[in-house]
Amino acid sequence: MYGNDVIDPNEPLNAAETGAYDEALAHEDRREQVGGDFDALITADQRIEPRDAMPEEYRQTLIRQIAQHAHSEIIGMQPEGNWITRAPSLRRKAILIAKVQDEAGHGLYLYSAAETLGVDRAELLDRLHNGKQKYSSIFNYPTLTWADCGAIGWLVDGAAIMNQVPLCRCSYGPYARAMIRVCKEESFHQRQGFEILWNLMRGTEAQQAMAQDAANRWWWPALMMFGPPDTGDAAKGGHTAQSMAWGIKRFSNDDLRQKFVDMMVPQAEKLGIVLPDPELRWNEERGHYDFGPIDWDEFWRVLRGDGPCNAERIVHRRRAHEEGAWVREAANAYASKHADELKGSAA
Amino acid sequence: MSEPVSGPAERSWPLWEVFVRGKRGLSHAHVGSLHAPDAQMALRNGRDVYTRRQEGVSIWVVRASDIVASSPEEKDSFFDPAADKVYRHPSFYEVPEDVEYL
Repeated sequence: MYGNDVIDPNEPLNAAETGAYDEALAHEDRREQVGGDFDALITADQRIEPRDAMPEEYRQTLIRQIAQHAHSEIIGMQPEGNWITRAPSLRRKAILIAKVQDEAGHGLYLYSAAETLGVDRAELLDRLHNGKQKYSSIFNYPTLTWADCGAIGWLVDGAAIMNQVPLCRCSYGPYARAMIRVCKEESFHQRQGFEILWNLMRGTEAQQAMAQDAANRWWWPALMMFGPPDTGDAAKGGHTAQSMAWGIKRFSNDDLRQKFVDMMVPQAEKLGIVLPDPELRWNEERGHYDFGPIDWDEFWRVLRGDGPCNAERIVHRRRAHEEGAWVREAANAYASKHADELKGSAA
Repeated sequence: MSEPVSGPAERSWPLWEVFVRGKRGLSHAHVGSLHAPDAQMALRNGRDVYTRRQEGVSIWVVRASDIVASSPEEKDSFFDPAADKVYRHPSFYEVPEDVEYL
């Protein structure tokens, strides 16, 4: 069973951020006693399920990560949604609608997984809307041309798959199961993006230039999607070591980024696209491609809110939510009227 | 930017657990959960969220609050009665090797 069984449904849902926090602390002793089970399960690479005892930090880490992941899917509908009315053919429009609908679905799988940890979806949406929780900074870049839809599918969804495949083996069962569904669907996303660029690169000079320009703009932000460096000296600051010990994360940011670069270089060659990095070259000794320095100042700037589209994304998201309020209210009114009728006929 | 924008209406939508029969011959299996104001909407939302690629031929939705579950803390005592009855498994029995179809 999923969902509302972690905490009494009548209680405010996120115990850590309400008055219920003190009460939760009182259970700390009980959690300590059964903590052995948690450690044994993690050591044996078994899955943790919603009603199992788990350390509070594990729960909070997962809530933060899954919520950010869900928010990214929901905000991720916007850059491509921007092109639905202007897709160059009916075929492309149908594909784009299906893809954007998938992103909504992915958000819902993930909110569903987060709720098994005792938070409420509405509360997570509030935190997205008021800026208390983040989403991937990649979605704060604009989609200026049709080729951007190709570059997003190929690079952004490509990077997302690289990040998400290891999450299918995440120690938290509901998250791992959601990721299996997501990964199956992402594969179409990446291939349709590649196909858009493949066609453009076989088109007119202007179309080729448009594809190249999109790749130029999306390459570096895609590399940033794996997160800041977390190996060598950089390993000390972040959460990577703890997340890996808990089996939430399986590879470091840097390892995944390297894998991504190694995978994309031959694909770019096939497309005839030049990746915008003069330092990109094969390193025989390492058996990997070397690549140039990433502008982490830009990453932090965009993450903190100063990207090209941060304000626009949240304003749009809030507006969509507010303008949908009457639909939710109508559904509610219908449901309660119907429930009354049922009661009436039973009596 | 600090006021919550979700109204009380949405918060009161109950949680539904969704079960999908993948194809004929298989039983319904749990796939996830969703919020919906009533059973009909839960079914429709379940279709849109969990069967966009023909993953199902039938859907059940059950209010999460109506599910009764065993407690993980009691799992040892709860499932204990089965632990010491190895004679319930065919491999428990010693039979001569040259008997066919046994």
